[in-house]
Amino acid sequence: MRRTTSRILRGIALVSTLALGATACGGSDDDSDTKAVSAADIKAALDKGGDITVWAWEPTLKTVAADFQKKYPKVKVNLVSERSGDKHYTALSNAISAGKGVPDVAQVEYFALGQYSLTKGLTDLAPYGADKLASKYTAGPWNAVSDGDKVYGLPMDSGPMALFYNKKVFDKYKIAVPTTWDEYLDAARKLHKADPKVYIANDAGDAGFTTSMLWQAGSRPYKVDGTKVGINFDDAGAKKFETVWQKLIDEKLLAPINGWTDDWYKGLGDGSIATLASGAWMPANFETGVPGAKGQWRAAALPAWTKGEKASAENGGSSLTVPALAKNKELAYAFTEYANSGAGVATRVSEGAFPATKAQLEDPAFQSKKFDYFDGQEANKIFAESAANVASDWSYLPFQQYANSIFNDTVGKAYVSNTTLADGLKAWQDASVKYGEEQGFTIEK
Amino acid sequence: MSTSVTAPPAKSASPLRTPRKKHTPGKPKRSLLLTGLMALMVVYTVAPLIWLVINSTKTQAGLGASNGLWFAHDFALWDNISTTFTYHDGIFVRWLLNTLLYVVLGAGGATLLAVLGGYALAKFDFPGKRGIFAVVIGAVAVPGTALAVPTFLMFSKMGLTDTPWAVIIPSLVSPFGLYLMWVFAAEAIPTELLEAARMDGANEVRTFFQVALPLLAPGIVTVLLFTTVATWNNYFLPLIMLKDPNWYPLTLGLSAWNSQAETIGGDVIFNLVITGSLLTIIPLIAAFLFLQKYWQSGLAAGSVKE
Repeated sequence: MRRTTSRILRGIALVSTLALGATACGGSDDDSDTKAVSAADIKAALDKGGDITVWAWEPTLKTVAADFQKKYPKVKVNLVSERSGDKHYTALSNAISAGKGVPDVAQVEYFALGQYSLTKGLTDLAPYGADKLASKYTAGPWNAVSDGDKVYGLPMDSGPMALFYNKKVFDKYKIAVPTTWDEYLDAARKLHKADPKVYIANDAGDAGFTTSMLWQAGSRPYKVDGTKVGINFDDAGAKKFETVWQKLIDEKLLAPINGWTDDWYKGLGDGSIATLASGAWMPANFETGVPGAKGQWRAAALPAWTKGEKASAENGGSSLTVPALAKNKELAYAFTEYANSGAGVATRVSEGAFPATKAQLEDPAFQSKKFDYFDGQEANKIFAESAANVASDWSYLPFQQYANSIFNDTVGKAYVSNTTLADGLKAWQDASVKYGEEQGFTIEK
Repeated sequence: MSTSVTAPPAKSASPLRTPRKKHTPGKPKRSLLLTGLMALMVVYTVAPLIWLVINSTKTQAGLGASNGLWFAHDFALWDNISTTFTYHDGIFVRWLLNTLLYVVLGAGGATLLAVLGGYALAKFDFPGKRGIFAVVIGAVAVPGTALAVPTFLMFSKMGLTDTPWAVIIPSLVSPFGLYLMWVFAAEAIPTELLEAARMDGANEVRTFFQVALPLLAPGIVTVLLFTTVATWNNYFLPLIMLKDPNWYPLTLGLSAWNSQAETIGGDVIFNLVITGSLLTIIPLIAAFLFLQKYWQSGLAAGSVKE
């Protein structure tokens, strides 16, 4: 999802994690304690009160934390929201390794969950009652947070993919909004021919985007069973993606702009980036990041690989987890449950978050919400349908963070040199396999 | 303050009024090449500042829709400033105070230590002085960035990470400042003066404070400016030392705001990042303008030997 900010940071993270790793060996083995924590226990903890620290950058949690404290006046929620992405994970990993300063609740994106759950960094929430919440969530996010009968977090939001397009640009050049990726390629050619400054999309190599595209195309490169891992990008789904995307790259139809940069926001605003295939959480970023293009953009279903097919995928999204070293786990779970399953969900949705809960997704009021930014379009209908069409059998690697960090050194080359996407993916696979073996995973070949 | 080193004022006023015919040392021959290079340098250094000023007048919408080097239709500077100070319960103010704390204790302490050490090294003879000289010169060559990680590991063992001390203590050491004070003290304080003071019965402490310190003032200002700039702009050290955003200095805080744009559902506030950056450099510019005259005399000191 996110681009790696800087290599130095990663180095530091690594160095400090390694150096502190030694102290972590004595860390808790709480995994064995699977005795159930009853609702009464949690209620008692809430009545008794206490402090919990929450590390999460999700902006809507601010209101949720305030409401939670109002409801349980003895509980003080200390929300630390200034860090996000790599900096957040670096801090979290360091704290866990050092066994000190670990938050009670931590936001963890779906792609990064495996890394923490496998190293016993997170509390299994099933004994707290989280396993009974399975049916509340859509399949994709629930699959991401659960592993067998263990539950490592509660889904906070989800990112069923949709195609956002700049209607003004499409209207200007009288181009139909593509419904398949082949049509998308055609539209890309027409747009760029009509105005060489206009690109169908930006893509300079983004691991989160590529894996989501593979997901939608039916590719399942990662097979994870505990510490047994399979990595293989050589399947039919990956071929479909490579064929179309290679043409987009070869014909220079993609703006060489990285996502999440100021250039990107500018391109989304001035019409030079005409579409964006992204998660359903994108409207919030549109509103604050590209306020000038209000009314120009619309949402549509993600183009299909075969006409009429309805497969979708998730892009981004995160959960709230309770680290194994959290001090106040009952309160931590209570907050997580409140924010992601209880009353907090409605609050967060009203502030623009995209839910992972079926009740909200299927709610007529949610579906008929008119987005001012999209000129009154009821975009949630499209997003909810996409959510229902997400195939749930996708998994990320237990070391996806590392794999994503080397994406630009491998697949990224396809965007700037003669390397093909297929070769790039192969190189990514090899590098990931090598790292996995070094880390002690059993790699199935 | 420093009559012994500054030029007599009577002479310095005259070059302005002399006719432009002759090339005197005060009025050297004009060189097109040098003027051109100078102009390039001015553009190079001033352009980012101008960009910053222009863009801090824009809203987030204006930033995306307008040319970076000219104003947008909307003028939102005052709005931006007030939002910067109030955003997220006024965390910017907290970061500003943190930065001030680090500068006052870190840069102030570094200057104090450099002055004491430099004076001692310049004016006292003791065994091992050559060794210390080698160590100081060597330390000047080691970039602080290279020491950040070892320092982090050490501080982590001592339990000092994630506290203000983790930023202040490493800032206290300024090998360059020490070296500068050493050279400056050697030149600016005539040993005879110290001997005279001792003869008159002043003890070492009194000699230092009443005789040496006034003579060192220009040098002190120079070192203070250097260490202030270094501490004010310090990014890497606090980045690895601090986890708690409440202890962030401005540099880290602004970077955190900037990365909000990289997150799902994150509030994109490039306008506040830019305005915040502008507000962040104003105190530094003010410090330079205010201390400029001392600084210039400090740089020139020692260049002319009586």
